[in-house]
Amino acid sequence: MSTEAAASAMGRESAWRPSPAARLSGWRLATFLVAALILVPIGIVFSAFLSPASDVWDHLVATTLPRLLINTFWLVLGVGAGAALLGVTLAWLTAVCEFPGHRIFSWALLLPLAIPAYVTAFVVISLFDFTGPVQTWLRSILPPAWFWFPPVRGRLGVTLVMVLAFYPYVYLLARNAFMSQGKRTLEAAQSLRLNRVQGFFRVALPMARPWIASGAMLALMETLADFGTVAVFNYDTFTTAIYKAWFGLFSLPAASQLASLLVLIAFVLLLGEQQSRSRRRFAETRPGVRTERIRLQGHRRWLAFSLAALVLFAGFLLPLGQLLLWAAALVAQEFDKRYLEFLWHSLFLSATAALLTGATALMLAYASRLHQDTATRLAVRIATLGYALPGAVLAVGIFIPVIWLDNWLTGLARRFVDLETGWLVQGTLVAMLVAYVARFLAVGHGPIDSAMHRITRSIDEAARSLGVSGAAMLRRVHIPMLRGGLLTALALVFVDVMKEMPITLMMRPFGWETLAVRIFELTSEGEWERAALPAVTLVAAGLIPIILLLRPTDQGSKE
Amino acid sequence: MISNISARLLIALIGAIGCLSTAGAEEIVVYSARIEQLVKPLFDAYTQETGVKIKFVTDKEGVLLERLKAEGANTPADLLITVDAGNLWQAAREELLKPVPSATLAGNVPAHLRDPDNHWFGLSIRARTIFYNPQRVKPAELSTYADLADPRWRGRLCLRTSKKVYNQSLVAMMIAEQGEAKTEKIVKGWVANLATAPFPDDTKMLEAIAAGQCDVGIANTYYYGRLLEKRPELPLALFWADQQGRGVHINISGAGVIRYAKNEPGAVKLLEWLSSAKAQNLFADANLEFPVNPAVKPATAVAAWGDFKQDPLNVAKAGEFQAAAVKLMDRADYR
Repeated sequence: MSTEAAASAMGRESAWRPSPAARLSGWRLATFLVAALILVPIGIVFSAFLSPASDVWDHLVATTLPRLLINTFWLVLGVGAGAALLGVTLAWLTAVCEFPGHRIFSWALLLPLAIPAYVTAFVVISLFDFTGPVQTWLRSILPPAWFWFPPVRGRLGVTLVMVLAFYPYVYLLARNAFMSQGKRTLEAAQSLRLNRVQGFFRVALPMARPWIASGAMLALMETLADFGTVAVFNYDTFTTAIYKAWFGLFSLPAASQLASLLVLIAFVLLLGEQQSRSRRRFAETRPGVRTERIRLQGHRRWLAFSLAALVLFAGFLLPLGQLLLWAAALVAQEFDKRYLEFLWHSLFLSATAALLTGATALMLAYASRLHQDTATRLAVRIATLGYALPGAVLAVGIFIPVIWLDNWLTGLARRFVDLETGWLVQGTLVAMLVAYVARFLAVGHGPIDSAMHRITRSIDEAARSLGVSGAAMLRRVHIPMLRGGLLTALALVFVDVMKEMPITLMMRPFGWETLAVRIFELTSEGEWERAALPAVTLVAAGLIPIILLLRPTDQGSKE
Repeated sequence: MISNISARLLIALIGAIGCLSTAGAEEIVVYSARIEQLVKPLFDAYTQETGVKIKFVTDKEGVLLERLKAEGANTPADLLITVDAGNLWQAAREELLKPVPSATLAGNVPAHLRDPDNHWFGLSIRARTIFYNPQRVKPAELSTYADLADPRWRGRLCLRTSKKVYNQSLVAMMIAEQGEAKTEKIVKGWVANLATAPFPDDTKMLEAIAAGQCDVGIANTYYYGRLLEKRPELPLALFWADQQGRGVHINISGAGVIRYAKNEPGAVKLLEWLSSAKAQNLFADANLEFPVNPAVKPATAVAAWGDFKQDPLNVAKAGEFQAAAVKLMDRADYR
């Protein structure tokens, strides 16, 4: 009998036990409330089907849509597989193996998260396309007949850049899983006479599956919704059609209809992921019982080192280095004291949004632990769908109901207190933060929910038998055990909000410029190099939570 | 104690609401698709001159239009600024703008650079013309946009992506002037002549021409101006297209007063000021564009490119035919 089967036997017992009291539980109600809130913008997007846009559809089907779908398919497949492969490999190496620099790599490999994918994309094109220094140099030393370079602005280039930008999602989650599996899991595998390779594939990997899957889901959803990176490569995907319908053909209905297909795809993927996961239960051996790492020998050590170093170089050091060079040349012209204000706004928004999103995600994860019925599960899935929509489409979907609310409130104020209130909700930080939560709930939910699955249910029962339940149980029992997952969620959301553009642009109060807004303004007139200064600042600010929140968790469970 | 605190809170809240509603000094609210660096210096100058405060927010055109539509009669915005005529035309069609029958504006802005119904007005001219590598092309070989579809340019042409509104406007104007069938043939010819996949921006495309990846291309002049400021040694030259025919394709950066503007007189005054001689250089020169006001000379660097004949067709056509242009370019497989 495998460990997996043992784990699944352990978890199965408590499924499906709805009691009347549970049905009215506040956790469940709160989950439905969050789902309903997220359903508003998604409903607005879907409501576009009420306005026919068949001419746009006819046109797209007859011209670009087939190619876009093929492009999207390969991109999603490439990024999904690439990010999963790279993330899992690196996570295994840094979590379990010993090779030169493994301690530094274990947190340094998260750094690419801090660089927005569209920035890496532009740097890659600047360096490696025909006019870039690399090809220019090669042309100068090679005879023309020998000169060959793979096309940079193509499928390969965009896939590589997105793998480098998104693998940290998988890496971070998979590494958490491998670290918390504990040495005992591997020892159990060895006692079953599995060698290390078998131990990895038959025990460690299957046990880490919820983490890997939720990391890969984040990468996939981000790839599906991405517009900035593919635009830099001029690689047409499904989102390209969405923006073309909206900005080119002036048809927001058609754009929304296309976008709702993205939501459906994400929903199916999410359900599939959950379905495959819910057949098993994953319980945790006590964390932090690691004894010693697997010492890689001979050339394997250097192979591991080279892989980690290459990824770190290509995904972080190279783009950062180029940005620093550009920024240094322009810092005198571009820098002014307003940058401190941009920085402060970015930090404040990211931190607040991270806390709000983390708290909401924790609530969802706990509610779905307490209540395993279909309705709650569905509500949780719906609540995390905002991440699958292209940012600008979601931004409009949020903006419209906010305006409705405002119109209604100002109407009330006029009628009852004869007061001209102006906007009460729109253009406030509250509206903006709610929008961020709607967008990034999936990012916060993934790590927390996977960590929650790790806590064996016998702990809940033990707690209940001691008279601790509900919020007290969450606070006293679960939160301490979820620490890693919570910190991961906070850091991820922080960094993502920092990089976010469309919602920030549309919902920001007057004068609330952030670093991302600054990047938008410089790049929208093609001044990418001038955007290096805000980009570097943004990367530096994004590093704060990665270093602050994620580094100490390693040390806690080290040796 | 507690009631004291809550009373204070209530007063503070009422005070805050009061601040939202009462405008102390005169204020104008602007939604701008023209980026902060290019509008803020003007607004600062206007505030200094008149004491009127200007609040603004920047975003993409399409998003700003949706925002205005959603806000409807309650919008705080008084003025909309975009960087192309197509989106102004669309804003007028969605009834987001209000006609401004101003003699000052009619005098400062030539007729083909403003809405025939006065919903919007051009404030600077953006010319989109041909650029070439003088080491590989003689200017005598160049003539019109249409000529770049000729097979002798096979493998020698670079273009920016068709998803950029500047190219959509260019093709829209071609449709307006030459009809759809002829334009489609031209665009297909361009695509057949491409040396490499279309570029994401004009600057990268100009660099490719200078580096010899291709010989000719189409770009807005200010990208060329900016690039040469940084790297004057680049083998890159400007050619004014279509001078024997319709003239160079031009677009505008312009503005219109919001239909539900709270401060309509203020917005009109600001718009008139922006078209005036003293503001025009500030507006255009910040980005090496051309002033719309014929009485105003462009910046020295811009003037050095020489005089040229502009396409006299009203730029509103760029909006009217934009959707047709996008579809045509899709059919021609221009990515």
